[in-house]
Amino acid sequence: MELLNFSVVTQYYDVLLRGFGITIAMTLAVITMSLVLAVPVALARMSNSFLIRLVSGIYVEVLRGTPLVLQLVYIYFVLPGVGIRLNGMVAAILALTLHYTAYLSEVYRAGILSVPKGQWQAASALGMSRSRAFIRIILPQAVRTVTPALGNYFISLFKDTALASVVTVQELLFSGQIIAARTYQYFTIYTVCMIMYFSVGYPAAIFVRWLEKRTSSGYARKRCYTKGKAA
Amino acid sequence: MIELIGIEKSYGALNVLKGVSLSVARGDVVCIIGPSGSGKSTLLRCINYLEEPEAGTIMLAGVPAYRDIVNGRMFPRPRAEIDATRRDLGMVFQDFNLFPHLTVMRNITEAPITVCRVPRAEAEKRAVSLLERVGLADKVDAYPEELSGGQKQRVAIARALAMGPKAMLFDEPTSALDPELVGEVLEVMRSLAADGMTMIVVTHEMGFARQVADRVIFMDQGQIVEDAPPEQFFTAPAMARTRSFLRSVNPASAG
Repeated sequence: MELLNFSVVTQYYDVLLRGFGITIAMTLAVITMSLVLAVPVALARMSNSFLIRLVSGIYVEVLRGTPLVLQLVYIYFVLPGVGIRLNGMVAAILALTLHYTAYLSEVYRAGILSVPKGQWQAASALGMSRSRAFIRIILPQAVRTVTPALGNYFISLFKDTALASVVTVQELLFSGQIIAARTYQYFTIYTVCMIMYFSVGYPAAIFVRWLEKRTSSGYARKRCYTKGKAA
Repeated sequence: MIELIGIEKSYGALNVLKGVSLSVARGDVVCIIGPSGSGKSTLLRCINYLEEPEAGTIMLAGVPAYRDIVNGRMFPRPRAEIDATRRDLGMVFQDFNLFPHLTVMRNITEAPITVCRVPRAEAEKRAVSLLERVGLADKVDAYPEELSGGQKQRVAIARALAMGPKAMLFDEPTSALDPELVGEVLEVMRSLAADGMTMIVVTHEMGFARQVADRVIFMDQGQIVEDAPPEQFFTAPAMARTRSFLRSVNPASAG
């Protein structure tokens, strides 16, 4: 038997592509939700109220301090015991979102704290409310600072979706496992899976590196293009 | 128009302001000088409530601002009311605090548009005329990082003026500037004063204080030591502490 057997791939490519599609869709769903949810969690961590700080702090530390795969299994296998029954896909998206929200909230928090105090003061002195100052002045600067860090988390999220195979979600890895179990072509199937993950993960990593460079080069740069056009 | 009565402020055990009272009439230019740590910047920041004093009253246009005192206890007003009061007081900071992610135009129009609901076109027209006034009409589309320190500070002044303040507070506006850029900022402030703007200026620029101020105040260790018209202040200060301070900043002329 040869190691590489491409007839398996042509035979099952639709299964692999479907799995790949689910992987991408899960990634996008979790990115969207955790990007939004992480903002209130970050704010809760900096709240004036001790209780809110405590609760949000416990949430973040528990999710950062335990394995993601355990969180996933916990939601899928333990919650039914208290009457909450979720299908594999919902459980996986929920677990990944909770997990990444915790991490992203820390990223946001660092970004918000990195904006100089003088920016708050200048906004306040102009009569802006705290919330307006936050939305219009602080958050845009914070997001810009943390964009590369966010990008790195999204890449690891993309790879972590493979854990959903543990709770029967037929994403790319699990699709591969099914085909491999049926055909015994482990080498071919898992190599193809690896190439598929890499074909997204690597360009994404290059993109994040480019973002890092761009972010560190200041605000005026984005205007160069318009300048050239005007001249 | 601005009246401070018995302002006290401390950070932990450190008493920064020990019951400072000060009254500034409409159109007056008051310069506050003093050694670092004397509490002059803190006093300025109390006026627009960036610092919250522990005791004392701030009166703006004859009415107590920021909080009410009922039976000897202080009750802060709602945040929205504090924010509204601040719009009447333009503030210029030592390190400019321009918004780096916004162009000069948006730095100036952001607050009028979002806070005061001025229509965009009108706010931009006003911004252009303010920029002309500070000599930076050609910098409308620049980002703060493309400007020199002096230009940044002039934009910051335009930004504060865009809210139509009744008085301007300057917190060491030229201290972070290279010496050759100080003049252009002082020039703008001088023209503001000539137009009758009420100004309180914390500064180390003795020449500016002498030429432009109606009154010069010397602060030391959280208290006002001397409060006099500039001629008298610089030629015949009443207090020994003022004399020794003036000697230390300018050994040649003071005496």
